[in-house]
Amino acid sequence: MFKQSLMAATAMALVAPAAASAQTEIQWWHAMSGRLGELVEQTAATFNESQSDYVVVPSYRGTYSEAMNAAIAAFRAGEQPHVLQVFEVGTGTMMAAEGAIIPIYQLMAEHDVEFDPDAYIPTVVGYYTDPDGNMLSFPFNSSTPILYYNKDVFEAAGLDPETAPATWAEVEEFSQQIIDSGAATCGFTTRWPSWIQLENFLALHNLPLGTEQNGFAGFDAELVLNQQEPLIRHWENLARWQSEGIFKWAGGNDGPDAGPTFYSAECAMMMESSAGRAGVMANAPFNVGYAMLPYYADVEGAPQNSIIGGATLWTLSGHDEGDYEGVARFFEFLSTPEQQAWWHQNTGYLPITQAAYELSQEQGYYEANPGADVSIMQMNLNPPTENSRGLRFGNYLQIRDIISEEMEAMLIGSISAQDAADNIVERGNMLLRDFESSLQ
Amino acid sequence: MQTKRMTFSSRWLPYALLAPQVLITLVFFVWPASQALWQSMLREDPFGLRSTFVWFRNFERLFADPHYLAAMKTTAIFAVGTTFLAMGVSLLFAVMVNRMLRSREWYTTLLVWPYAVAPAIAGVLWWFMFNTSVGIVPYMLQGFGYDWNHRLDGTDAMILVVIAAAWKQISYNFLFFLAGLQSIPQSLIEAASIDGAGRMKRFWTIVFPLLSPTTFFLMVVNVVYAMFDTFGVIHATTEGGPARATNILVYKVFRDGFVGGNLGSSAAQSVILMAIVIVLTVIQFRWIERRVNY
Repeated sequence: MFKQSLMAATAMALVAPAAASAQTEIQWWHAMSGRLGELVEQTAATFNESQSDYVVVPSYRGTYSEAMNAAIAAFRAGEQPHVLQVFEVGTGTMMAAEGAIIPIYQLMAEHDVEFDPDAYIPTVVGYYTDPDGNMLSFPFNSSTPILYYNKDVFEAAGLDPETAPATWAEVEEFSQQIIDSGAATCGFTTRWPSWIQLENFLALHNLPLGTEQNGFAGFDAELVLNQQEPLIRHWENLARWQSEGIFKWAGGNDGPDAGPTFYSAECAMMMESSAGRAGVMANAPFNVGYAMLPYYADVEGAPQNSIIGGATLWTLSGHDEGDYEGVARFFEFLSTPEQQAWWHQNTGYLPITQAAYELSQEQGYYEANPGADVSIMQMNLNPPTENSRGLRFGNYLQIRDIISEEMEAMLIGSISAQDAADNIVERGNMLLRDFESSLQ
Repeated sequence: MQTKRMTFSSRWLPYALLAPQVLITLVFFVWPASQALWQSMLREDPFGLRSTFVWFRNFERLFADPHYLAAMKTTAIFAVGTTFLAMGVSLLFAVMVNRMLRSREWYTTLLVWPYAVAPAIAGVLWWFMFNTSVGIVPYMLQGFGYDWNHRLDGTDAMILVVIAAAWKQISYNFLFFLAGLQSIPQSLIEAASIDGAGRMKRFWTIVFPLLSPTTFFLMVVNVVYAMFDTFGVIHATTEGGPARATNILVYKVFRDGFVGGNLGSSAAQSVILMAIVIVLTVIQFRWIERRVNY
C-alpha cells in the first residue's frame, strides 16, 4: 500500500514538471498579507486561467521593506524574481538601479503590447514617471490618506454627524466640543505621521518639501520643509493639541496605536490610508464617516490635491528575453477595467485607470458604499503641481525615520516645531548627499 | 592546576576531530565577520551595482553623529537593566522552586514555557498589554493615578522594552540557576544552620558564592543577549522611539541596513558592536572571573 502510493507520487513528480514546462513561469514577489494576500493569489490565478503560455507564481516575502531587501539580496546572488512589489518610498532607490530594472514603458514597447499612458489617472501615475513623462513601474496598489470619523460620537457631542471638519480650525473646534461634552476623551489621532502630517500636508497646501520638484528633477535635491510657515504652524498646533488632549500621538513610522485608539472610541477622528477602509469597517463598532483631510483656510491654493502611497510593480532584469513577454502580458491584464475595478472595490486601493473608475461608477459601487470615492475626489481636486505630484528622494526610508524621531521630540516638548523641522532638513540632507554620491 | 595529556595513535586524528568545529567557526563566524569588516569600508548602492572604497569614512561619520553616541548610552542602560532584571527574577524563582519538594517539576515546566514563545508573538502580546488605549497595564496604572504613555514618555518606553526583553530570558536563566542550586551540597547548608545562621545569612554567605560560576556564565550570556538579540522585541513594541529613547545599537543596525538599505553604515555599526562585545567579554573574563569560586 505504502509502496504503491510512493510509486504513484514519484510518477506524479516526474510527469508534473513535464506538463508545466510548456508554460513559462513568472516569479512575483509581493508584500501583501492576510486578506490582501488572498486577493493577490486570486489575481494571479485569474491571469493564469485567462491564457496558457505563462504562469504567474506569487510569493509572499514579508513586509514591504523585507520583500525589497530580499529581492535586492537575491539580485546580488542572481536569483531575483521577474516582478517585485516595491513601496512608494523605495522608488528613488529602484529608479537609480539602472541595469537592474526594466522601465515599464520600455518593456511594453519592446514586446508590442498596446500601452496608452493617458488611460491612467495622472495623479497616480505621476508619482512613478521619469522627468520625460515615461512610466517606470506599474502602480499596482495606491492609496491616499483620508479622515475617518465616529458619527456616533459626533452625534453624542451635539455635532451634525453628516458634517466632518473641513479645516484644521474646525478640527480643533469640533474636538473641543467632543471633549467638553464627554462624548470622547480625545479629538483625533493619526497613522503614518510623516506621510499624512508632513508629505500630504505640504502637497495639500501646494508647498514644496524639497527642491528639484520634490526630487523629481534630480537627485541633487535638498529638503526645504523647514521654510514652510504653514507646516511649522501646524506642528506647533499638534504639540499644543497633544498637551490639551485634542490630539493623541499613536507612535512614529506607521502609527501602530492609531487603530485601537479610534476603534475604542477614545479618539473621535483618525487620519488613515484609504486602503484602511476594510479594516476600519471590520473593527469599528459604530457608524463611520469618511471625509477629505483638513487644511488651513488662509493658505493660498489649499486644498490642492493629496498624494499617494502604496506600492508598484517593478520588472527586474536578468531573465530570458521570452519571459518578459509574459510580464508585459501580465501588466496588460492588470490594467483591464474589469480587473482594476475588481481590485479597487475589494481592497480599497485607488483605481489606476479612468476606465476602471467609470466602470465602478456604472456598477453602482459608490452608491452602495458611500465614502469610497472620497479618496479619488481628493486626489483629483486639482491638476497636480510640482509640489503635489509626489516625492522622489533617495534614502527616503531613513529620512522618514528621522522625521518620526524629530516629531516625537517636538511632541514631548524638548524642542520647538521649528527646531524639529531644521533638524530634519540638516540630517536628511546628509542622507540625500550620501545617496547622490553613491550613484557616482 | 592539573592538566591531563591524551595520547592519540595517529598524528592527524586530533586535527581531524577538531576540524568540524574549526570549519563551523570559519564558515559561520570568521567569514561573515570579515565580510562585515570589508563592507564597513565601502559605500555602495543597495543593488551592489556601484561601490567605492572609502576607508574609514563610515566610522568617522558615526562617531561625529551625536545620536549614535546617545544610542551607545541607551544601549548601556538597556543592557544593564535587562541583565539585572532577568537574572534577579530568575534567581528568586529558582530559590523558591528549589524549596519545593513535590511540586518542583510542575513549577519548572511552567516556568520554562515562555522560552518556547516566538519572539514576534511575544512582541505582539507586549504591544497589546501596554497599549495606551486598550492595554490592561495602562488601565491598571491609571487606577494608581499613573498616566502610562510609552509613545511619548522615554522612561516608560525604556521600562517596557527592559521588561519585555528580560521576560524572554527568565526561563533560560531559571533553568541554570536551579541546576546550580541543586549541585550545592546539602551538608554545607545544614552545617551552617546548626551553627545558627538564618535563612538570609545562609543564602548570602554560602549559596550565593557557590552559585558564582553559574551567575558569571549567565551574566556573559545575558549581556550578549541584550546587546545582540533584542531587536525583535524593540521592533514589535517601540520601534526605537519615542525620539530615540529606546534606539539601541543593534536596532539601529537593523533599521539602517535591513530597512534603509544603507549597507556601509550598517556594516560599520556591526563592526563597532562586535568590538564592544569582545571588549566586554575580555573584561568579564579578566576581572570578574577572578572573583568566581569554582
